[in-house]
Amino acid sequence: MSYGPRPWQQTNWDWRAAANFMLGGTGAGLMIAAVFVQNPLPHAVLAAMLLIGGGLGTVWLEIGRKLRAIHVFFNPQTSWMTRESFAALLLFVLSSIALFLDSRQVLVAAALAALAFVYCQARILRAAKGIPAWRAPQVVALVMATALVEGSGLLMVMNPDLLVISLFTAAVIARAVAWSAYWTALKQAGSRTALETAGKALVQIGTIAPLALVLGAYFLPQAAALAGIAALLTGWRLKYVLVTRAALNQGFALPQLPVRGTR
Amino acid sequence: MTRWVMIADLRRCVGCQTCTAACRHSNATPPEVQWRRVLDMEVGEYPAVKRVFVPVGCMHCADPPCMHVCPSTATRKRADGIVTIDYDLCIGCSYCAVACPYQARYKTDVAEFAYGKAMPNEEIRHDEKRLGVATKCTFCSDRVDAGLAQGLKPGIDHEATPACVNSCIAQALQFGDLEDKQSNVSQLLAENQFFRMHEELGTEPGFYYLWDKKEVQA
Repeated sequence: MSYGPRPWQQTNWDWRAAANFMLGGTGAGLMIAAVFVQNPLPHAVLAAMLLIGGGLGTVWLEIGRKLRAIHVFFNPQTSWMTRESFAALLLFVLSSIALFLDSRQVLVAAALAALAFVYCQARILRAAKGIPAWRAPQVVALVMATALVEGSGLLMVMNPDLLVISLFTAAVIARAVAWSAYWTALKQAGSRTALETAGKALVQIGTIAPLALVLGAYFLPQAAALAGIAALLTGWRLKYVLVTRAALNQGFALPQLPVRGTR
Repeated sequence: MTRWVMIADLRRCVGCQTCTAACRHSNATPPEVQWRRVLDMEVGEYPAVKRVFVPVGCMHCADPPCMHVCPSTATRKRADGIVTIDYDLCIGCSYCAVACPYQARYKTDVAEFAYGKAMPNEEIRHDEKRLGVATKCTFCSDRVDAGLAQGLKPGIDHEATPACVNSCIAQALQFGDLEDKQSNVSQLLAENQFFRMHEELGTEPGFYYLWDKKEVQA
Protein backbone atom coordinates (compact mmCIF):
# COMPACT_ATOMS: atom_id res chain seq x y z
CA MET A 1 0.00 0.00 0.00
CA SER A 2 1.50 3.32 -0.97
CA TYR A 3 0.49 6.71 0.36
CA GLY A 4 1.75 9.04 -2.26
CA PRO A 5 -0.48 11.53 -3.95
CA ARG A 6 -3.77 9.74 -4.42
CA PRO A 7 -5.86 10.28 -7.54
CA TRP A 8 -7.24 13.79 -7.61
CA GLN A 9 -9.80 15.67 -9.65
CA GLN A 10 -8.50 17.16 -12.87
CA THR A 11 -9.02 20.92 -12.98
CA ASN A 12 -8.18 21.58 -16.60
CA TRP A 13 -11.71 21.09 -17.89
CA ASP A 14 -14.53 22.71 -15.92
CA TRP A 15 -18.23 23.51 -16.49
CA ARG A 16 -17.39 25.06 -19.85
CA ALA A 17 -16.14 21.76 -21.22
CA ALA A 18 -19.03 19.95 -19.54
CA ALA A 19 -21.47 22.35 -21.23
CA ASN A 20 -20.11 21.32 -24.62
CA PHE A 21 -20.91 17.69 -23.91
CA MET A 22 -24.33 18.62 -22.50
CA LEU A 23 -25.46 21.14 -25.13
CA GLY A 24 -23.61 19.54 -28.03
CA GLY A 25 -24.94 16.09 -27.20
CA THR A 26 -28.51 17.36 -26.91
CA GLY A 27 -28.23 19.34 -30.13
CA ALA A 28 -26.81 16.40 -32.04
CA GLY A 29 -29.47 14.10 -30.61
CA LEU A 30 -32.16 16.59 -31.57
CA MET A 31 -30.85 16.79 -35.13
CA ILE A 32 -30.88 13.00 -35.41
CA ALA A 33 -34.35 12.73 -33.87
CA ALA A 34 -35.68 15.47 -36.16
CA VAL A 35 -35.28 13.14 -39.12
CA PHE A 36 -37.81 10.76 -37.60
CA VAL A 37 -40.60 13.34 -37.65
CA GLN A 38 -42.99 13.05 -40.59
CA ASN A 39 -42.72 16.74 -41.44
CA PRO A 40 -39.35 17.98 -40.17
CA LEU A 41 -39.69 20.98 -37.90
CA PRO A 42 -37.55 23.95 -38.85
CA HIS A 43 -37.49 25.18 -35.27
CA ALA A 44 -36.14 21.81 -34.09
CA VAL A 45 -33.29 22.04 -36.57
CA LEU A 46 -32.61 25.62 -35.55
CA ALA A 47 -32.67 24.66 -31.88
CA ALA A 48 -30.19 21.85 -32.57
CA MET A 49 -27.84 24.27 -34.29
CA LEU A 50 -28.13 26.73 -31.44
CA LEU A 51 -27.43 24.07 -28.84
CA ILE A 52 -24.37 22.75 -30.66
CA GLY A 53 -23.15 26.27 -31.32
CA GLY A 54 -23.70 27.16 -27.68
CA GLY A 55 -21.68 24.15 -26.56
CA LEU A 56 -18.80 24.99 -28.85
CA GLY A 57 -19.02 28.58 -27.65
CA THR A 58 -18.53 27.55 -24.04
CA VAL A 59 -15.47 25.53 -25.01
CA TRP A 60 -14.13 28.56 -26.82
CA LEU A 61 -14.46 30.46 -23.55
CA GLU A 62 -12.21 27.87 -21.92
CA ILE A 63 -9.28 27.84 -24.30
CA GLY A 64 -6.26 29.89 -23.40
CA ARG A 65 -5.61 31.44 -26.82
CA LYS A 66 -9.04 32.35 -28.14
CA LEU A 67 -7.86 34.14 -31.28
CA ARG A 68 -6.08 30.98 -32.42
CA ALA A 69 -9.22 28.84 -32.26
CA ILE A 70 -8.88 28.09 -35.97
CA HIS A 71 -5.86 25.90 -35.12
CA VAL A 72 -8.32 23.34 -33.80
CA PHE A 73 -8.67 22.14 -37.41
CA PHE A 74 -5.00 21.23 -37.80
CA ASN A 75 -4.88 17.60 -36.72
CA PRO A 76 -7.62 15.47 -38.29
CA GLN A 77 -5.12 12.58 -38.55
CA THR A 78 -5.31 11.69 -34.87
CA SER A 79 -7.26 14.23 -32.82
CA TRP A 80 -10.91 13.59 -32.07
CA MET A 81 -11.25 17.25 -31.12
CA THR A 82 -10.30 18.26 -34.66
CA ARG A 83 -12.68 15.69 -36.08
CA GLU A 84 -15.45 17.00 -33.82
CA SER A 85 -14.83 20.48 -35.21
CA PHE A 86 -15.03 19.27 -38.80
CA ALA A 87 -18.22 17.34 -38.03
CA ALA A 88 -19.70 20.48 -36.46
CA LEU A 89 -18.75 22.55 -39.50
CA LEU A 90 -20.33 20.02 -41.83
CA LEU A 91 -23.39 19.84 -39.63
CA PHE A 92 -23.90 23.60 -39.71
CA VAL A 93 -23.49 23.78 -43.48
CA LEU A 94 -25.86 20.89 -44.15
CA SER A 95 -28.44 22.08 -41.63
CA SER A 96 -28.47 25.53 -43.14
CA ILE A 97 -28.91 24.10 -46.62
CA ALA A 98 -31.67 21.78 -45.36
CA LEU A 99 -33.50 24.70 -43.84
CA PHE A 100 -33.00 26.91 -46.87
CA LEU A 101 -34.09 24.28 -49.41
CA ASP A 102 -36.56 22.58 -47.09
CA SER A 103 -34.94 19.31 -48.18
CA ARG A 104 -35.43 16.09 -46.28
CA GLN A 105 -32.49 14.43 -48.03
CA VAL A 106 -30.11 17.14 -46.90
CA LEU A 107 -31.58 16.95 -43.40
CA VAL A 108 -30.73 13.24 -43.32
CA ALA A 109 -27.18 14.14 -44.31
CA ALA A 110 -27.12 16.73 -41.51
CA ALA A 111 -28.33 14.07 -39.08
CA LEU A 112 -25.46 11.83 -40.16
CA ALA A 113 -23.06 14.70 -39.49
CA ALA A 114 -24.70 15.07 -36.07
CA LEU A 115 -24.12 11.38 -35.45
CA ALA A 116 -20.47 11.83 -36.39
CA PHE A 117 -20.28 14.87 -34.12
CA VAL A 118 -21.55 13.06 -31.06
CA TYR A 119 -19.35 10.04 -31.83
CA CYS A 120 -16.35 12.38 -31.89
CA GLN A 121 -17.43 13.80 -28.55
CA ALA A 122 -17.54 10.32 -27.09
CA ARG A 123 -14.13 9.50 -28.53
CA ILE A 124 -12.70 12.71 -27.09
CA LEU A 125 -13.39 11.33 -23.65
CA ARG A 126 -12.26 7.84 -24.59
CA ALA A 127 -8.88 9.19 -25.79
CA ALA A 128 -8.16 11.00 -22.52
CA LYS A 129 -5.80 8.39 -21.11
CA GLY A 130 -5.15 10.40 -17.98
CA ILE A 131 -8.69 9.99 -16.67
CA PRO A 132 -9.81 6.42 -15.93
CA ALA A 133 -13.51 7.39 -15.82
CA TRP A 134 -13.26 8.79 -19.34
CA ARG A 135 -10.98 6.30 -21.03
CA ALA A 136 -13.28 3.37 -20.29
CA PRO A 137 -14.43 1.94 -23.66
CA GLN A 138 -18.02 1.88 -22.39
CA VAL A 139 -18.08 5.68 -22.27
CA VAL A 140 -18.60 5.82 -26.05
CA ALA A 141 -21.97 4.04 -25.99
CA LEU A 142 -22.98 5.97 -22.89
CA VAL A 143 -22.30 9.39 -24.40
CA MET A 144 -24.00 8.50 -27.68
CA ALA A 145 -27.09 6.99 -26.06
CA THR A 146 -27.32 9.93 -23.68
CA ALA A 147 -27.25 12.36 -26.60
CA LEU A 148 -30.03 10.49 -28.37
CA VAL A 149 -32.16 10.45 -25.22
CA GLU A 150 -31.65 14.17 -24.66
CA GLY A 151 -32.38 15.05 -28.29
CA SER A 152 -35.44 12.86 -28.63
CA GLY A 153 -36.62 13.99 -25.18
CA LEU A 154 -36.42 17.61 -26.25
CA LEU A 155 -38.17 16.85 -29.52
CA MET A 156 -40.91 15.12 -27.57
CA VAL A 157 -41.51 18.38 -25.74
CA MET A 158 -41.85 20.16 -29.10
CA ASN A 159 -43.71 17.47 -30.99
CA PRO A 160 -44.91 14.39 -29.08
CA ASP A 161 -45.87 12.21 -32.03
CA LEU A 162 -45.79 8.44 -31.93
CA LEU A 163 -42.58 7.99 -33.91
CA VAL A 164 -40.68 10.39 -31.64
CA ILE A 165 -42.08 8.70 -28.53
CA SER A 166 -40.99 5.31 -29.88
CA LEU A 167 -37.49 6.62 -30.62
CA PHE A 168 -37.29 8.18 -27.17
CA THR A 169 -38.39 4.95 -25.50
CA ALA A 170 -35.77 2.94 -27.36
CA ALA A 171 -33.09 5.52 -26.56
CA VAL A 172 -33.95 5.58 -22.87
CA ILE A 173 -33.64 1.81 -22.68
CA ALA A 174 -30.37 1.90 -24.63
CA ARG A 175 -29.00 4.56 -22.29
CA ALA A 176 -29.92 2.49 -19.24
CA VAL A 177 -28.08 -0.51 -20.71
CA ALA A 178 -25.07 1.67 -21.61
CA TRP A 179 -25.01 3.16 -18.13
CA SER A 180 -25.19 -0.29 -16.54
CA ALA A 181 -22.24 -1.50 -18.65
CA TYR A 182 -20.25 1.64 -17.86
CA TRP A 183 -20.97 1.46 -14.14
CA THR A 184 -19.97 -2.21 -14.01
CA ALA A 185 -16.67 -1.44 -15.75
CA LEU A 186 -15.84 1.64 -13.67
CA LYS A 187 -13.43 0.56 -10.94
CA GLN A 188 -12.00 3.78 -9.56
CA ALA A 189 -13.52 4.38 -6.14
CA GLY A 190 -13.42 8.18 -6.27
CA SER A 191 -15.17 8.35 -9.61
CA ARG A 192 -17.81 5.87 -8.47
CA THR A 193 -18.51 7.95 -5.38
CA ALA A 194 -18.85 11.11 -7.45
CA LEU A 195 -21.14 9.48 -10.01
CA GLU A 196 -23.29 7.43 -7.66
CA THR A 197 -26.04 9.98 -7.01
CA ALA A 198 -26.22 11.16 -10.62
CA GLY A 199 -26.30 7.52 -11.75
CA LYS A 200 -29.18 6.68 -9.41
CA ALA A 201 -31.07 9.72 -10.65
CA LEU A 202 -30.42 8.60 -14.24
CA VAL A 203 -31.98 5.21 -13.52
CA GLN A 204 -34.89 6.35 -11.35
CA ILE A 205 -35.81 9.80 -12.68
CA GLY A 206 -34.23 9.49 -16.10
CA THR A 207 -35.27 5.96 -17.03
CA ILE A 208 -38.03 4.39 -14.92
CA ALA A 209 -40.10 7.55 -14.47
CA PRO A 210 -39.97 8.58 -18.16
CA LEU A 211 -40.93 5.09 -19.30
CA ALA A 212 -43.94 5.19 -16.96
CA LEU A 213 -44.81 8.70 -18.13
CA VAL A 214 -44.60 7.63 -21.77
CA LEU A 215 -47.21 4.97 -21.04
CA GLY A 216 -49.27 7.65 -19.32
CA ALA A 217 -49.00 9.84 -22.40
CA TYR A 218 -51.69 7.73 -24.08
CA PHE A 219 -54.10 9.25 -21.56
CA LEU A 220 -52.44 12.59 -20.83
CA PRO A 221 -50.32 13.99 -23.70
CA GLN A 222 -48.48 16.40 -21.38
CA ALA A 223 -46.89 13.42 -19.65
CA ALA A 224 -44.66 12.89 -22.71
CA ALA A 225 -43.16 16.35 -22.33
CA LEU A 226 -42.51 15.69 -18.67
CA ALA A 227 -40.80 12.41 -19.56
CA GLY A 228 -38.61 14.18 -22.08
CA ILE A 229 -37.57 16.87 -19.60
CA ALA A 230 -36.80 14.34 -16.86
CA ALA A 231 -34.63 12.28 -19.20
CA LEU A 232 -32.90 15.39 -20.53
CA LEU A 233 -32.04 16.87 -17.15
CA THR A 234 -30.76 13.62 -15.65
CA GLY A 235 -28.55 13.10 -18.70
CA TRP A 236 -27.15 16.60 -18.36
CA ARG A 237 -26.47 16.07 -14.70
CA LEU A 238 -24.64 12.82 -15.35
CA LYS A 239 -22.40 14.39 -17.98
CA TYR A 240 -21.76 17.43 -15.84
CA VAL A 241 -20.61 15.23 -12.96
CA LEU A 242 -18.63 12.97 -15.28
CA VAL A 243 -16.60 15.90 -16.63
CA THR A 244 -16.28 18.08 -13.55
CA ARG A 245 -16.35 15.86 -10.46
CA ALA A 246 -15.78 12.25 -11.43
CA ALA A 247 -12.75 12.99 -13.58
CA LEU A 248 -10.04 11.85 -11.21
CA ASN A 249 -6.65 11.00 -12.56
CA GLN A 250 -4.96 7.79 -11.48
CA GLY A 251 -2.24 9.35 -9.38
CA PHE A 252 1.12 7.59 -9.23
CA ALA A 253 1.90 4.03 -8.32
CA LEU A 254 5.05 2.11 -7.54
CA PRO A 255 4.98 -1.47 -8.79
CA GLN A 256 8.31 -2.04 -7.01
CA LEU A 257 9.98 -0.49 -4.00
CA PRO A 258 13.65 0.47 -3.95
CA VAL A 259 15.90 -2.11 -2.33
CA ARG A 260 18.39 -0.16 -0.25
CA GLY A 261 21.46 -1.33 1.65
CA THR A 262 22.73 -4.90 1.71
CA ARG A 263 20.43 -7.88 1.39
CA MET B 1 19.10 6.88 -34.26
CA THR B 2 19.02 8.50 -30.86
CA ARG B 3 16.47 8.04 -28.08
CA TRP B 4 16.98 10.38 -25.18
CA VAL B 5 15.72 8.95 -21.90
CA MET B 6 16.01 9.76 -18.23
CA ILE B 7 16.62 7.43 -15.33
CA ALA B 8 15.72 7.98 -11.69
CA ASP B 9 17.42 5.64 -9.24
CA LEU B 10 14.87 5.34 -6.43
CA ARG B 11 17.55 3.92 -4.13
CA ARG B 12 19.57 7.10 -4.43
CA CYS B 13 16.97 9.88 -4.45
CA VAL B 14 16.84 11.63 -1.07
CA GLY B 15 13.99 13.98 -1.89
CA CYS B 16 16.04 17.15 -1.59
CA GLN B 17 14.11 18.79 -4.47
CA THR B 18 17.27 20.35 -5.85
CA CYS B 19 16.24 19.07 -9.28
CA THR B 20 12.92 20.89 -8.90
CA ALA B 21 14.68 24.11 -7.98
CA ALA B 22 17.23 23.72 -10.78
CA CYS B 23 14.48 23.12 -13.31
CA ARG B 24 12.54 26.16 -12.14
CA HIS B 25 15.67 28.28 -12.29
CA SER B 26 16.75 26.98 -15.65
CA ASN B 27 13.35 27.21 -17.31
CA ALA B 28 11.95 30.21 -15.42
CA THR B 29 8.66 28.52 -14.65
CA PRO B 30 6.09 30.50 -12.67
CA PRO B 31 5.12 29.68 -9.07
CA GLU B 32 3.36 26.33 -8.63
CA VAL B 33 4.57 25.12 -12.00
CA GLN B 34 7.08 22.34 -11.52
CA TRP B 35 8.14 20.57 -14.66
CA ARG B 36 10.33 18.32 -12.46
CA ARG B 37 8.58 17.31 -9.26
CA VAL B 38 9.65 14.90 -6.54
CA LEU B 39 6.86 12.97 -4.86
CA ASP B 40 7.25 12.01 -1.24
CA MET B 41 5.52 8.65 -0.82
CA GLU B 42 4.97 6.55 2.27
CA VAL B 43 4.71 2.86 1.62
CA GLY B 44 3.60 0.06 3.92
CA GLU B 45 1.79 -0.18 7.25
CA TYR B 46 3.16 0.92 10.61
CA PRO B 47 5.69 -0.08 11.86
CA ALA B 48 7.03 -1.41 8.53
CA VAL B 49 6.81 1.89 6.70
CA LYS B 50 9.16 3.00 3.94
CA ARG B 51 9.55 6.44 2.50
CA VAL B 52 10.23 6.72 -1.20
CA PHE B 53 11.04 9.83 -3.20
CA VAL B 54 9.87 9.65 -6.78
CA PRO B 55 10.92 12.23 -9.38
CA VAL B 56 8.17 12.75 -11.95
CA GLY B 57 7.43 14.99 -14.89
CA CYS B 58 6.92 14.57 -18.61
CA MET B 59 7.91 11.00 -19.44
CA HIS B 60 8.60 11.81 -23.11
CA CYS B 61 6.62 8.76 -24.14
CA ALA B 62 7.38 6.89 -27.35
CA ASP B 63 3.62 6.81 -27.96
CA PRO B 64 2.51 10.06 -26.31
CA PRO B 65 -1.26 10.38 -25.85
CA CYS B 66 -0.84 14.16 -25.54
CA MET B 67 0.43 14.32 -29.11
CA HIS B 68 -2.36 12.20 -30.54
CA VAL B 69 -5.13 14.26 -28.95
CA CYS B 70 -3.63 17.69 -29.68
CA PRO B 71 -5.98 19.37 -32.20
CA SER B 72 -3.46 22.00 -33.28
CA THR B 73 -0.39 19.79 -33.84
CA ALA B 74 1.41 21.96 -31.27
CA THR B 75 2.59 18.83 -29.47
CA ARG B 76 5.05 16.81 -31.49
CA LYS B 77 7.69 14.19 -30.97
CA ARG B 78 11.18 14.73 -32.31
CA ALA B 79 13.15 11.96 -33.97
CA ASP B 80 15.25 11.71 -30.81
CA GLY B 81 12.15 11.02 -28.69
CA ILE B 82 11.77 14.42 -27.03
CA VAL B 83 8.13 15.53 -26.92
CA THR B 84 7.80 19.24 -27.63
CA ILE B 85 5.15 21.95 -27.57
CA ASP B 86 5.03 24.74 -30.14
CA TYR B 87 3.78 27.71 -28.13
CA ASP B 88 2.80 29.54 -31.32
CA LEU B 89 0.44 26.76 -32.38
CA CYS B 90 -1.03 25.72 -29.04
CA ILE B 91 -4.57 27.02 -28.40
CA GLY B 92 -4.55 26.13 -24.70
CA CYS B 93 -7.48 23.71 -24.85
CA SER B 94 -5.85 21.52 -22.17
CA TYR B 95 -6.85 18.33 -23.95
CA CYS B 96 -3.23 17.20 -23.68
CA ALA B 97 -3.34 17.81 -19.93
CA VAL B 98 -6.27 15.45 -19.40
CA ALA B 99 -4.79 12.92 -21.82
CA CYS B 100 -1.46 12.77 -19.98
CA PRO B 101 -1.45 9.95 -17.39
CA TYR B 102 1.45 11.61 -15.56
CA GLN B 103 -0.03 15.04 -14.79
CA ALA B 104 2.98 16.58 -16.43
CA ARG B 105 1.32 19.50 -18.18
CA TYR B 106 0.54 22.96 -16.90
CA LYS B 107 -1.39 25.93 -18.21
CA THR B 108 -0.96 29.40 -16.76
CA ASP B 109 -3.54 31.88 -17.98
CA VAL B 110 -2.24 35.01 -16.27
CA ALA B 111 1.30 36.00 -15.39
CA GLU B 112 2.18 34.95 -11.84
CA PHE B 113 5.23 35.93 -9.85
CA ALA B 114 6.70 34.64 -6.62
CA TYR B 115 6.08 37.84 -4.67
CA GLY B 116 3.03 39.20 -6.45
CA LYS B 117 4.78 41.79 -8.61
CA ALA B 118 7.58 40.72 -10.89
CA MET B 119 11.08 40.80 -9.45
CA PRO B 120 13.80 42.12 -11.81
CA ASN B 121 14.92 38.61 -12.72
CA GLU B 122 11.33 37.57 -13.39
CA GLU B 123 10.79 40.61 -15.59
CA ILE B 124 13.78 39.65 -17.68
CA ARG B 125 12.78 36.04 -18.09
CA HIS B 126 9.00 36.42 -18.38
CA ASP B 127 7.74 34.97 -21.65
CA GLU B 128 4.29 36.03 -22.89
CA LYS B 129 4.31 33.10 -25.30
CA ARG B 130 3.89 30.72 -22.38
CA LEU B 131 0.63 32.27 -21.19
CA GLY B 132 -2.60 30.48 -22.03
CA VAL B 133 -0.82 27.49 -23.55
CA ALA B 134 0.30 24.09 -22.33
CA THR B 135 3.81 23.82 -20.94
CA LYS B 136 5.89 20.94 -19.64
CA CYS B 137 9.38 19.51 -19.23
CA THR B 138 11.38 19.74 -22.45
CA PHE B 139 14.25 17.49 -21.32
CA CYS B 140 16.08 20.84 -21.62
CA SER B 141 16.11 20.27 -25.38
CA ASP B 142 17.72 23.68 -25.93
CA ARG B 143 20.70 22.63 -23.79
CA VAL B 144 20.85 19.23 -25.46
CA ASP B 145 20.78 20.76 -28.95
CA ALA B 146 23.29 23.48 -28.13
CA GLY B 147 25.59 20.91 -26.54
CA LEU B 148 25.38 18.59 -29.51
CA ALA B 149 26.19 21.49 -31.82
CA GLN B 150 29.37 21.98 -29.83
CA GLY B 151 30.25 18.31 -30.07
CA LEU B 152 29.36 17.59 -26.45
CA LYS B 153 27.71 14.44 -25.16
CA PRO B 154 24.34 14.87 -23.37
CA GLY B 155 24.29 13.00 -20.09
CA ILE B 156 28.06 13.23 -19.77
CA ASP B 157 28.92 16.86 -20.45
CA HIS B 158 27.07 19.21 -18.12
CA GLU B 159 26.57 21.88 -20.77
CA ALA B 160 24.56 19.39 -22.83
CA THR B 161 22.63 17.78 -19.99
CA PRO B 162 19.21 18.68 -18.51
CA ALA B 163 19.41 20.99 -15.50
CA CYS B 164 17.70 18.56 -13.13
CA VAL B 165 20.26 15.85 -13.88
CA ASN B 166 23.16 18.26 -13.46
CA SER B 167 21.89 19.40 -10.09
CA CYS B 168 21.14 16.00 -8.53
CA ILE B 169 23.25 15.71 -5.41
CA ALA B 170 23.00 11.92 -5.28
CA GLN B 171 23.39 11.19 -8.99
CA ALA B 172 19.97 9.63 -8.82
CA LEU B 173 18.98 11.26 -12.11
CA GLN B 174 20.77 10.24 -15.29
CA PHE B 175 20.22 11.22 -18.90
CA GLY B 176 21.46 9.59 -22.06
CA ASP B 177 20.86 7.81 -25.32
CA LEU B 178 19.01 4.53 -24.99
CA GLU B 179 20.05 3.49 -28.51
CA ASP B 180 23.72 3.73 -27.63
CA LYS B 181 24.55 0.46 -25.88
CA GLN B 182 27.63 2.02 -24.31
CA SER B 183 25.79 5.02 -22.87
CA ASN B 184 25.40 5.61 -19.15
CA VAL B 185 21.67 4.92 -19.27
CA SER B 186 22.02 1.72 -21.29
CA GLN B 187 24.60 0.46 -18.81
CA LEU B 188 22.40 1.29 -15.83
CA LEU B 189 19.41 -0.44 -17.36
CA ALA B 190 21.54 -3.49 -18.16
CA GLU B 191 22.78 -3.74 -14.59
CA ASN B 192 19.60 -2.94 -12.69
CA GLN B 193 15.98 -3.87 -12.42
CA PHE B 194 13.64 -1.09 -13.46
CA PHE B 195 10.04 -0.15 -14.18
CA ARG B 196 8.24 2.64 -15.95
CA MET B 197 5.25 4.51 -14.54
CA HIS B 198 1.80 3.21 -15.57
CA GLU B 199 3.38 0.97 -18.16
CA GLU B 200 0.06 -0.84 -18.62
CA LEU B 201 -1.26 2.17 -20.55
CA GLY B 202 1.10 1.45 -23.42
CA THR B 203 2.58 4.94 -23.63
CA GLU B 204 6.16 3.60 -23.49
CA PRO B 205 7.60 6.31 -21.25
CA GLY B 206 11.16 7.49 -21.77
CA PHE B 207 11.66 7.71 -18.02
CA TYR B 208 12.91 4.67 -16.12
CA TYR B 209 12.93 3.98 -12.40
CA LEU B 210 15.69 1.77 -11.00
CA TRP B 211 14.75 -0.14 -7.86
CA ASP B 212 17.26 -3.00 -7.43
CA LYS B 213 20.35 -4.67 -8.85
CA LYS B 214 19.77 -7.40 -11.38
CA GLU B 215 19.90 -10.90 -9.93
CA VAL B 216 23.28 -12.49 -10.68
CA GLN B 217 22.86 -15.69 -12.68
CA ALA B 218 24.46 -18.68 -10.89
